[in-house]
Parts: sequence; structure tokens; C-alpha cells
Amino acid sequence: MLYIIIIISSGLFLGWLLGSKDTANLFGTSVSSKRMNFQKASVIAGIFIVLGAIFQGKGTTSTIHSLGNIYEPVIAFTVVLCAAIIVLVLVKVKLPVSTSQAIVGAILGWSLFTYNSINITIASKILLAWILAPVLGIIIGALLFIGMRWFIKKSNIHVIKLDAYLRFSLIIVIAFAAFGLGANNIGNVIGVFSEYAPDVIVNFGLFTINGLQVLFLLGGISIAGGLFYYSRRSLHDTDEGVFSLIPETAIIVHLTLGIVLFIFSSSFMSNLIETIGMPSIPLVPVSSTQIILGAILGIGLVKGTWEIDSKTIAGIGLSWITTPLSAGLLTYMVLAIFRKTFGFPLENKPEAVVETLKSSGHSSIINLVVPGIIILGAVILLVFAYLIFRQQKLRLKIEKDMLIQQNQLYMSQKAMNDLEVRTIAMENDNLNVKLQAKRKEFMDIALNINEQKNFLEKISNGIDDAILMSDHDERIQKLKDLSVMLKQRMSFSKEKKEFYMQIEDVHKDFHMKLKTTFPNLTDLEKRLAGLIRLDLSTKEMASLLNISAKSVEIARYRLKKKLNLDKNSNLKNFINNI
Amino acid sequence: MLSFKHANKSIDLIEEFLTIIDQGSLIFKDGVKNYLQGKRENFDDNIKTLSNLSSDADIKKREIENILYTQSLMPQLRGDILKLLEELNNIIDLAKSNLFEFDVEVPLIPSELNQDLLKLTELSVFAIDSLIPASRAYFRDPISVKEQLHRVYLYEKEADKLALSIKRKVFQEMTQLKLSEKIHLRYFTLHIEILSDVAEKAADLLSIMAIKRTL
Repeated sequence: MLYIIIIISSGLFLGWLLGSKDTANLFGTSVSSKRMNFQKASVIAGIFIVLGAIFQGKGTTSTIHSLGNIYEPVIAFTVVLCAAIIVLVLVKVKLPVSTSQAIVGAILGWSLFTYNSINITIASKILLAWILAPVLGIIIGALLFIGMRWFIKKSNIHVIKLDAYLRFSLIIVIAFAAFGLGANNIGNVIGVFSEYAPDVIVNFGLFTINGLQVLFLLGGISIAGGLFYYSRRSLHDTDEGVFSLIPETAIIVHLTLGIVLFIFSSSFMSNLIETIGMPSIPLVPVSSTQIILGAILGIGLVKGTWEIDSKTIAGIGLSWITTPLSAGLLTYMVLAIFRKTFGFPLENKPEAVVETLKSSGHSSIINLVVPGIIILGAVILLVFAYLIFRQQKLRLKIEKDMLIQQNQLYMSQKAMNDLEVRTIAMENDNLNVKLQAKRKEFMDIALNINEQKNFLEKISNGIDDAILMSDHDERIQKLKDLSVMLKQRMSFSKEKKEFYMQIEDVHKDFHMKLKTTFPNLTDLEKRLAGLIRLDLSTKEMASLLNISAKSVEIARYRLKKKLNLDKNSNLKNFINNI
Repeated sequence: MLSFKHANKSIDLIEEFLTIIDQGSLIFKDGVKNYLQGKRENFDDNIKTLSNLSSDADIKKREIENILYTQSLMPQLRGDILKLLEELNNIIDLAKSNLFEFDVEVPLIPSELNQDLLKLTELSVFAIDSLIPASRAYFRDPISVKEQLHRVYLYEKEADKLALSIKRKVFQEMTQLKLSEKIHLRYFTLHIEILSDVAEKAADLLSIMAIKRTL
């Protein structure tokens, strides 16, 4: 078995390249548009590729095997390796390449080198299938698109519901296309080695697989491996695989791919068509990229748009020549080196070369029922554990988010409370200041009343004394003193002083500016400026300043001069603007 | 299957949201009518109802956003859909703030302008009313959107014309009004007229969205 695995390793490598190169076409759009996550898509595609390979890979494998029956295992390994190298190089230099064309080219190179006759019937079948695949892609893609457009229009389905259906359909369509890809392209991977299939039957309980199907299983796994390894990178590089498609179109394209691959790999369908008298369908590995291209062209024809640039088509057309030619040439050269060095491959097929590889007797049976059940149970347990773990993780995440939200809410509430407290404190301060002012006012009033009372008592006592005085001169003197006291009182000097102090306090900024800008102003002029700012009349100002109205006018004139204002300037406006 | 549940929920929410916008426009019309007829109590009622509808619309919009993003529904279309919902939400917000402005500023409207202002309100509301079925059609039948949108453009144009004639009347014929009153009236004419402009903006967006979907 190990010997067989070593021989088919080049095929597995080719399968791995095939997986990495082609499967982005399977779910590129779905993953990049976030309709499906990569893991989900690749697990579905991987499983169905393997299933397709095992259960429907026989047809294409037999065609590739019939094209060139390479009887020397080492040469078979080399031929497939040459095809794989060509695929790898062309993928690296970003040229379109088909694995089918590479493997057919390599086999033809071997046939030419060993003078083995090329099976023209098979070769023409392959060529026909290569031409038919994109053509069928165009036709089926166009028909499916017309059908889908008609259905969407007629059903009047809500766009959100349509999206949900599309998501669901995408899973099925991707699975179907993956099945087709596995069934069709396994021929490229295993076709050359089908001769070396071990003579065993493996029993899985529900089904059994033979030796060739074991090889298909390995080939399928290699394609799925390539899909997991490379597709992720490819999806990140190009975002949407080879083509960028809207979901409706993606469904059609994937479905077309699945149908065409199924047509070219299903022996049942081929036989069915043959029974109704039509020519049988050639079961040949075809290029998935070319089918997709055909489907997109078909959809474009219906829409009346050309969605693919001619450079891409020209590149693919050119690859029809370059890929088989380069694979054939490389194989021819490598085989020439082999013959020079080791003396083989031989020109004529030796008898029983292959027989040495095969067991002589009947098939050995490997029973995998019990290990299968154990593995299945373990997988179910793992999935179950994973689901519980994920649920727990989600729960924790939700709880964490809620805590963060609550914390944010608490912080904002705290900030608002702080703000409120600060506002209240400020209001309290203001009220305190007002309270103090009021208290002072009341104190002043009380003191004032007291003082007035004392003064009036003093005057009253003086008058009483004057009445009682017998000497006329003394009485007159007393009355004169009282009159002077009253006049002094009437000047309100103390009240005025307080009044000016209050004005200065209220218009602090104004008085400060006046003082700093015009330092040579006298106290009277400063007071006058303050009164002008209060918009008092000349008469009122005269009374407050204890001067006549005329003197106020003169003082205004002087102030104007000191403030450097000309005759026409308005003193009041100037003072108000300070 | 979970995505079907979310899809159904978001469909219901969108339907409810559109109904709220529709109701909001009718309440706005009623509010302006009540103000012009001096029915203060009814007008206050209208303001209250419209405020409630507006906050309901906000909640619904946020719920829709939440579902569409968290469930990754319609990654290619959701940006456009949410933008449309935002535009529609703007309409009800504007209608609400307009009624509040009537309430706060209490504009003096001469009775000879009542009919014109009422007609202007009706035209603006018709524009909004025509936008709602077009928005509904986008989700199910994008081809018919264009057929429905032409009404929005028509009402918007008519509203523009009428607003212009009101302003002309105010500034050129109503000499008894003070300049401040004239400017105030112009301001309120603009408030009513702007609703049809916002409806037109949403219609533009909707028509591009419909084209995108039919491609």
C-alpha cells in the first residue's frame, strides 16, 4: 500500500494543486460577500468533493486511463509530476491553466516518446468535451438565468426573504458543484494510476468501496486539502475568486458548473442518453473555470451585457494550446533524460509489468465498521463539545458586552451626577453671595435708621434747648449751629460715597479699563464717566456731584479732551464702548 | 433556518416602519390644518402623536439595522436599504420638528393664506405618500418602482411652485404685514415645502437602488 501511495503521490500533488486553483470558483463569491463563512463553505465543498470522487469518479478515470495506459509505475509518477509542475508554474505566473489539459498533454508527450499509438477516438472525445463544456455552460447558464429571473419576477418575493433562500440554495448548489468537481476532476488525479489500485474491499458498514475507490478517496482528500490550504489565501488575495458575482448570478453559475460537471462524469446519464438513441456523452475531465466563464457569458447574453473582458477569453483560448503543449514537451524531455540515464521507459509494453504490483489472488476485505463507528462517535462528540464551547463563548461575550454597556451607562450617569452637583454648588455659591449682599443691605438700612434717629434726636434736643434759652444772641447762635448741621447732613456725603463704591463694584471691568487706559483722569472725571455710562441726565449728575448743571457741562468738555475725543465725537457712545 | 426567522422579523419591521412614516405624514397634515384653523387642543394632540411615531420609527430603524448587520443579511444591498430607511426617518423627524416650530414660534398666519398653506401641506404629504408604496415595491417588485416614483417628482414640483407663489404673495401683496412677519411666513412656507424636497431626495436614492436591483 505504501508503495502505491508513493507512486500516486505526484497525482495527489496534482490534486492538491487542482483544489487550490479551482475551488475558489466554488464559493469565492459566497465567502467574500460574507453570505457564508470560509470554514462552513470549505467543509461542505471538501466533503462533497470526496463523495463525488468516490461514487462517481469512475467514468472520467477510465477515459484518462484509456488515453494512455502507462505501464511503468515510475513513468506514470513522472508523467503526472510533469503535468503538476506545468500547472504549478502557470498558476505562479498567473496564466490561465486547466489541469485536464495539462494531464492530457503530458500523456500525449509520453505516447509520442514511447511510440505508443494515441487512441484517436478517446483524444477526439476529450477535445469535443473541452469544446462542449464551455458551450454547455453558456446554454445552461442562460437558460437557468432566464428561469430564475422569471421566477423572481412572478413570485414577487421580498428581497430579504430572497436573500435567505439564496443563502440556503448556495449551500446546496456549492455541495452539488463540489460533488461534480470531485467526480469529474478525479480522473486527472487518479486516471493514470487506476491500473495500480490495490485489490481490496473496504467495508464501512453502510457501504463498501473497492481498491480503485480507495485511490479516489485519497485523490478526493488531496483536492480537499488543496482547497483548505490555498483557497483561503486565494480568497483573501482576490476577494471574490476568479469572478465577482452578485448572489443570484453566483447561484446560477455554481449550479451550471455542477450540472455540466455532472453531465461529463455521470455514467448513468451517459448510458441513459445512449439508450434513447443519442450519442453517448464523453466522460472527460473538463475545466471548471471554463464552465464558469461560459455560464457568465450566457448570463451576459441574456442581460445584453458583456461581463468578461476579451483579454480573459483570449488568455483561456491561448491556454488550450500552451498548457498541453508545455506539459507534453516537459514530459518528453524528462523521459528522454530518464532513458539516457536509466534505460527506460521502453518503447514496447512489456508483459506483466503491472502484475507485479497487484496481488495475485482474490480481494482482501478490510472491515472498517467498528473503527468507523468509533470515529463517527468521536466526531459527533467533538462537534457537540465544540457547539457547547461556542455557546458558552457567545454567552460570555454577550455578558461582557452587557457589562461594558452597563459600565458605560454608569460612567455617563456618574458624569451627569457630577455635573449636576457642580451646577448646584455653583448655584449655592451665587445664592450665598446674594444672601451676603442682602444681609449687608439690611444691616446698612438698620444702621442708617439708627443714625437718622440719633441725628433727628440731636436736632430735636437742640431745638428744645433753643426754645428754653432766654438770651436772644445765644438762641440765634444755637439755631445757626443747628442749620449748619442740617446742611452738612443734606450733602449726603456718606451715602454718595457708598453709591459710588457700589457703581464701581458693578462696573468693575469698565472702571479698571478706564483707569489703565486713561491714568491721568481725576476722581471727579472718573465719577462723571461712571454716571454718563449709567445714562443719567445733566441735572441728576449735578445733584450727585454736588455741582451746578453748568459745571457738569464744563466737566464733560474737559473729560472729552482728556479722552482725546474731537468735538463731533459722542462721549456717551465712546464711554459705552469702553 | 435561523436566517429565515431573522428575515421574516426584519420584513415585518420594515413594513411597520413604512406604515409609521405613512401615518406620520398624515398626522403632520392634520397638525398644520388644526393650527391654521386655531384648534389648539387637536394641534397639541397631533404633536404628541407625531413625537411618539417619530421615536417608534427610530426604534424600528435601529432594530432593522441591528438584524441586518448582526445576521449578515443582504451584504450587497443592506447599505442602500439602510440609507433609504434613514432618508425616510428624516422625513418624520422633519415633520415632527416642523410641528414643534409651529408650537413654539406661533407664527401669525393671515387667514387669506390658510388655503394656500393647506394645499402646500397636502402636496408635500402627497409626495411622501407616493414614496411609501414605491419603497414597498422596491423590496418585492423593483421594476415597478419607477412607475410609482413619477408621482413624487410631480408633487414636489407642484409644491415648489405653490411655495414660490405664497412667498411672492406675502412679500409683494401683503403690505399690511411687517417685514419680520413676512420673513417668519417665508420661513414656515419653507418648512412645509422642505418635506417634499426630502421625499424627492429619497425618491432619487430609491430609483438608483431599483436600477441596481434590476441589472
